[in-house]
Amino acid sequence: MTIPREHYLQAVFPTPFHPRTAAANTLNVWHRWRDYTVADAYFDVALEYTALRNACTVFDLSPMTKHLITGPDALAFMNRLVTRDVAKVKPGRVGYTVWCDDAGQVVDDGTIFHLRDHVYRLCSQERQLDWLLGSAYGFDVSIVEETHDVAAIALQGPTSCALLKRLGLAQVETLAPFGIRSYAFEGGELMVSRTGFTGDLGYELWIDPELAVSLWDRVFDVGQVVGVKPMGTLALEMSRIEAGFIQAGVDFLPADRAIRADRTRSPFELDLEWLVDFRKGSFTGRRALLGERTRGSRYRLVKLDVEGNKPAKDAFIYDRRRRNVGVVTSALWSPAAKANIALASVQMPFGAPGDELWAEIYYQKELKWSRFMARCTVVEGAFFNPARRRAQPAADC
Amino acid sequence: MNRYDVIVVGAGHNGLTSAAFLAKAGLKVLVLERNPWIGGAAVSRELHPGWIYSNCSYVCSLLRPEIYRSLDLARHGLQIAPYGGGLTFTRDGDFIGGYADKDVRRREYARHHARDADAYLRYSRDTMRQCRFIRSLLMRTPPDPASFRLRDLREMLHLAREFAKLGETTMGDTLRFYSMSIADYLAEYFESDIVKAHHAGSGIIGTALGVHSPGTAYVLLHHYMGDVDGQMGSWGFARGGMGAVSQAIAGALQAFGGEIRVDAPVARILVRHGQASGVVLQNGDECYADVVVSSLDPKRTFLRLMEPGDLSPDLVRKAREFKSRGSSGKLNIALDGLPTFPALGRGHPLLAGDMHFLDTLERFERAYDDWKAGTWSKDPYLDLLIPSMTDPTMAPPGKHFMSVFVQYVPHEVEGRDWTEADRAAFRETVFDQIARYSPDFRKLVLHAEVRTPRELDQEVGLTEGNIFQGELTFDQLFFNRPFPGYAQYRGPVRGLWLCGSATHPGGGVMAAPGANAAREILRDLRRPSPVPEGWSDD
Repeated sequence: MTIPREHYLQAVFPTPFHPRTAAANTLNVWHRWRDYTVADAYFDVALEYTALRNACTVFDLSPMTKHLITGPDALAFMNRLVTRDVAKVKPGRVGYTVWCDDAGQVVDDGTIFHLRDHVYRLCSQERQLDWLLGSAYGFDVSIVEETHDVAAIALQGPTSCALLKRLGLAQVETLAPFGIRSYAFEGGELMVSRTGFTGDLGYELWIDPELAVSLWDRVFDVGQVVGVKPMGTLALEMSRIEAGFIQAGVDFLPADRAIRADRTRSPFELDLEWLVDFRKGSFTGRRALLGERTRGSRYRLVKLDVEGNKPAKDAFIYDRRRRNVGVVTSALWSPAAKANIALASVQMPFGAPGDELWAEIYYQKELKWSRFMARCTVVEGAFFNPARRRAQPAADC
Repeated sequence: MNRYDVIVVGAGHNGLTSAAFLAKAGLKVLVLERNPWIGGAAVSRELHPGWIYSNCSYVCSLLRPEIYRSLDLARHGLQIAPYGGGLTFTRDGDFIGGYADKDVRRREYARHHARDADAYLRYSRDTMRQCRFIRSLLMRTPPDPASFRLRDLREMLHLAREFAKLGETTMGDTLRFYSMSIADYLAEYFESDIVKAHHAGSGIIGTALGVHSPGTAYVLLHHYMGDVDGQMGSWGFARGGMGAVSQAIAGALQAFGGEIRVDAPVARILVRHGQASGVVLQNGDECYADVVVSSLDPKRTFLRLMEPGDLSPDLVRKAREFKSRGSSGKLNIALDGLPTFPALGRGHPLLAGDMHFLDTLERFERAYDDWKAGTWSKDPYLDLLIPSMTDPTMAPPGKHFMSVFVQYVPHEVEGRDWTEADRAAFRETVFDQIARYSPDFRKLVLHAEVRTPRELDQEVGLTEGNIFQGELTFDQLFFNRPFPGYAQYRGPVRGLWLCGSATHPGGGVMAAPGANAAREILRDLRRPSPVPEGWSDD
């Protein structure tokens, strides 16, 4: 997309789906996701969330930052960039990853789409062109940002596969988690990946912006009978915390944005040790991370089961009610897990599995504020992790 | 009758600030100003009926919020209105817009250069790291690194602690930063000439150095370390012009019982038995005080207002060698209407921002070459604003005031004094550059005030016309400002003090030097100080 000189006249762009999301947004509540406006909610946050866990929902993720990385050295470059071994992400597969700075601090997290040989799409939370090009010196790769050139929706929930079958996508149920498959769609290409940010069975649909509106229409046409609803960011936020997914700028500060020292986190400190592969050779931050593995980490990200039913949003975390050892980064009452859950960053050595911590929770009922200390149990694994998420072939509901 | 606790020489914003805090502490304070008006270089004057000019300084960001609050300047009528962003015109009829909105700005940079748009985030981060460090030092008295007094050691320790807080990477960057040129600093982030040029001006404003001269990266901080209500790096207009800043501080001073006398030029600072004892005015009147505070630069203070015999030859030499080379000029223009800039079109939001016309670093360097050759830049760097777009008090409805800062302009033209012909030719140079981007500009001009370093020297009292009262190079900063051994506001004789921009933390309408000096004076007088601590920013 070439940017017109007059772009300032519309400070925030509509996404390619805007004609439809605007019509569906009966609440008319929006927020800004970088260059675009997206719906916070369409008709009712709780009902949108319920539709996600009970039927399926469509979330407009077009504003997601996307880069296309191509060239003979694409794999070598990706392996230098990120912490995991990208050679294991075969063509037609997707891998979640993080990348670090020299100090082993997480710059961002995102997904690598291995579209075909020597061609990767990297989706990230933050703008990364400067970082990617800075890392590409000496590699024979081309890197372009394609955020504006690719429209995307996330179709998530137990009936999402059934919907795609009704859309006529042959054998889509055989698509494995983190798999990619392309289909013809109205003279263009519809790329389907079995990925998502909800922790449920679900897909992401990638399409030329020109075809975005007709894709939306088709999805809602065939989806009526399987209960498809549009879903805004607020319901998505609920689902991603239940899934235990972290978010840049919320659960960690991107290292290349940090002004103050000691505000950043390493992959180990974000419970992402499984993404760090020291055997694959050199990558940015390797030396620092090896050092950290020997020396030990400063923090850890823990999943907490919090006593009571008051969300522990922004709560300080205490060891035995006395010493402040951390802070909650994300929290909610989980309808799916029927538990009061939280993600928290705590200082080592606190927060080992099974440890007891305390959250200082402030809440108000009818403008009366109260405070109490809630007992927290450190738990392992996602709060919500249904079998349908991994089922092969994917079930219809 | 003419006996005071404190006499402050000069009613610029720093002199007034010092005076206000000293009056707040209960001292009997007199401020003497040689002009018929107050404000020094923070002044608003009506030179064309109906138009208010911010004659010298023209925008506000650095004024320390701690001082704003502590002197109750809002109650004394000071209001700062932020303006949104700025732009640089390119010679091909386009421009790059530094829009106030960060996503729009990024997209605008991406319109010119995709990578630089993202690199701007890294640039902002690193610049902000430097700003945070220096901000922690603004409201403090610099330690004397050569001293073993407990207080200096303690302050050195504080400095070391603040430095250590930066973390390893930033510590390394900081040590390099202070000796870098703005061009080298920008090259670490940006590839495109237009993005570099758009940011280079902040490194050379008011400075007799070029974009490739070491030390200019630091000058950048003096344009980023301020804020308007917590918006770091944001700039605004003082409603009613920059004189409103001085008027508000003067209001605070008078509310505390201080006295201001205008049309009262000081001829001599009196020293008796190695102790300052008062001043004698040019009309022969004498005023007495055991504390005499000069808000003038060290050259004027030591070389013009004092008997050389009262000073050591070493100090006289330091004062003579203090660098305060003038390099900036200004045009204040009354306009019959709003000029159009075809590249922008009508109603563009950046018409209310700062406008610039140099789109390559090479043009910046050539502009400096002209100054070195003893003349004004033939293709100058302009910082052009139309304050009346934001502040309705500056011009009649539908009319406009245009403030044009010009870099580089020498104190003398090819070694001789400015002539009227020089001033006219200088004005035409600036008009030409503006008219190249705004064809209807010239016919809207109703009146223009031309200010070269010569006027800044003779009228405002800035020696050689240096807008910072002395260059902001590392040899003249922090514990070296104005010179080693004299950075704690104390003069060479007992009871004599410096409080102007030639002291730490330097130039810009910040008021910190005046406040810091007041704190030191009260410390010596063993009185409680009302001068606020800097606000912490962790």
